[in-house]
Amino acid sequence: MSDIIRRDPRAEWIMRNRLHPLHDQYMSQEEGGEVRGPSGLIRKFPHKVGFIGPNGIKRIDRLKGNSSAPKGKRSAAAQEVQLPLHKVDSPDYYIMVVADMVGGRLTGHDKDILGLAHKLIAEQGGNGAVVAVCFGEVKEENFDTAGVDRVLHIEGEAFEGYAPEARVQALAKVEAQYTVKHWLFPDSIHGGCDLASRLSARLGERPATQAWQVNAEQTVSRGASASLDITRQTPKILMLLEECADAIDETRHEATPITLDDVAVSAATIKDKGLMAVDPNAIPMAEAEFILSAGNGIHNWDQFHEAAKVLGATEGASRVAVDDGFMPRSRQVGATGTWVTARVYIAVGISGAIQHMQGIGQVDKVIAINTDAGCDMVKRAALSVIGDSEEILAELMKLAAEHKQTSLSDQAEENSNAA
Amino acid sequence: MPHKVISLISVGRHPQSGRSRRADQDSRAVELGLKLAGTDLDVVHAGSSEEPVLRQYAGMGLPKVTVLEQAESADALPAISSYLKTQQADIVLTGVRSESGESSGMTPYLLAEQLGWPIVARVADIVEVKDGEAQVLLALPRGQRRQVTVKLPFIASIDNAAEAARQSAFGPGLRAKMEAQSGSTEEDSVRVNWSEAPAKARPKRLKVVKAKTAADRFKAATAKPQGGSGKVMKNESAQEQAQAIFDLLIEEKIIR
Repeated sequence: MSDIIRRDPRAEWIMRNRLHPLHDQYMSQEEGGEVRGPSGLIRKFPHKVGFIGPNGIKRIDRLKGNSSAPKGKRSAAAQEVQLPLHKVDSPDYYIMVVADMVGGRLTGHDKDILGLAHKLIAEQGGNGAVVAVCFGEVKEENFDTAGVDRVLHIEGEAFEGYAPEARVQALAKVEAQYTVKHWLFPDSIHGGCDLASRLSARLGERPATQAWQVNAEQTVSRGASASLDITRQTPKILMLLEECADAIDETRHEATPITLDDVAVSAATIKDKGLMAVDPNAIPMAEAEFILSAGNGIHNWDQFHEAAKVLGATEGASRVAVDDGFMPRSRQVGATGTWVTARVYIAVGISGAIQHMQGIGQVDKVIAINTDAGCDMVKRAALSVIGDSEEILAELMKLAAEHKQTSLSDQAEENSNAA
Repeated sequence: MPHKVISLISVGRHPQSGRSRRADQDSRAVELGLKLAGTDLDVVHAGSSEEPVLRQYAGMGLPKVTVLEQAESADALPAISSYLKTQQADIVLTGVRSESGESSGMTPYLLAEQLGWPIVARVADIVEVKDGEAQVLLALPRGQRRQVTVKLPFIASIDNAAEAARQSAFGPGLRAKMEAQSGSTEEDSVRVNWSEAPAKARPKRLKVVKAKTAADRFKAATAKPQGGSGKVMKNESAQEQAQAIFDLLIEEKIIR
């Protein structure tokens, strides 16, 4: 149902004209509904406002249906909007977007670049399609609304994990198999920049790095450690900074899978030995992923350090804990200390002064352990537990130790099965 | 047998003052080279041997710096690659991106392609070189490290996560020898057509509200941030509370 109000000029005219023979009939129909004047403004009939309640008193509903409990008000907004489908049949050329796919999903950076790819096609004209090239595990489900016309998922054991050499061979194969107009890469530390540089060297193309303003003819890119803007012709391979264009949000795309012929991958000279176990306290606090932070509510400091060790968390502290000498100044989180970007932040015994809240502004999930349910940290937190921090930390350490044991024994079982 | 290590250095640019200095990543590359090869480290620069910044590098304890003498506008790549071909190096260290010029970060990749060597990017440390293989730590986002092994010879670009460069001493820097060789005279013909200007501040992305009706626009302008406070557990036992926290940590893949 649409929200557009359909006016019936005849009915309005009858309702305005009290002498019309049908006036009473229309008025009783319109009871409670709105009456529009000749200019379209809503006219109120002050004598007909409200209704008589059960005890004979006149009641006027001043909320106009805006009360917290709406009584079955129909609305079109709840309906899911089906975006128009953008179709590309038998494209003349392709723009390849090699997405970072951190954690198997398109990042915001990837989506911006997909938006840019569509902008380039619109400017250049012709029947072009945007291809998302991805490696490894893919969990993304919304390729269609992100602006992907074709998906090229290059699978195989050789491309899993850290395998830049195999991947660049696959990309060179893509170049040979399809008519590629542009290669777009995110200029990121997640591997986009590395792969793009390898491909450029392989194809002998001169790329534009750190590009941020791109159209079909000209590219503006940063140079000399971001102190210089270089304007040049748009090259074939582009490494793009974040927010280089707007992501697609008004169209739906086909996201049809396309395939690549078998790639002969030569033996890798770089062998991946997996991620290293890093001492969490050696990671700079500003970029740590998981922080266990202590405040005034901590009394057993040995237990706190132990808990951070068991959970594998980077230690942080509030200003009070630092001023009292329990933690070094370099561990302070907040306006005068470090502004952290962790994904998960556990605040133990921190009530949440505004300076501390500034420091954790970019944190995704905050967990608060506190005795006071009314403190500011509890308001900010995604999960807050009210209780004694010492008991809760002890339980948490127990759980972590159990989890470690079960996962270890699972691994041992798997190994014995494999053997 | 000790391995032959070469560090490539360039003239850096101080981010605030814009003065020339020893480049941050390049000096880390020299530091790593000194760790691997001691004073046998060969440090190579393509440019002018009169450049005072080279003395800052030399002040890190280098007896000599090899300079491939060439004009500023000349392409550094042919000179360096022909030099490397004569040297039979095992490890070549560079920065990830130069701090002046185009700073595309392509130099190590192009060298690797020309020499047919593997390249490892964003190296935090080279742990061990043994049996024709090197154990290398790569710097990943959020302070994580990945361990890889690479066959010698290889090129490594050194990340900011590598060990910071030692202080430069003025006197030894002045006394160091600058060994000049002739570099290339090939001009960078593509770059001549570019126009360069001081960097403009990038516009911040605005939150564009695509509302169809006035009511929607009003709502978007006045709406409070979504999602007030999260789940609060008040009366549960400590064990249940700890379990809830632990489940969240597993859900967020903090604990695996």
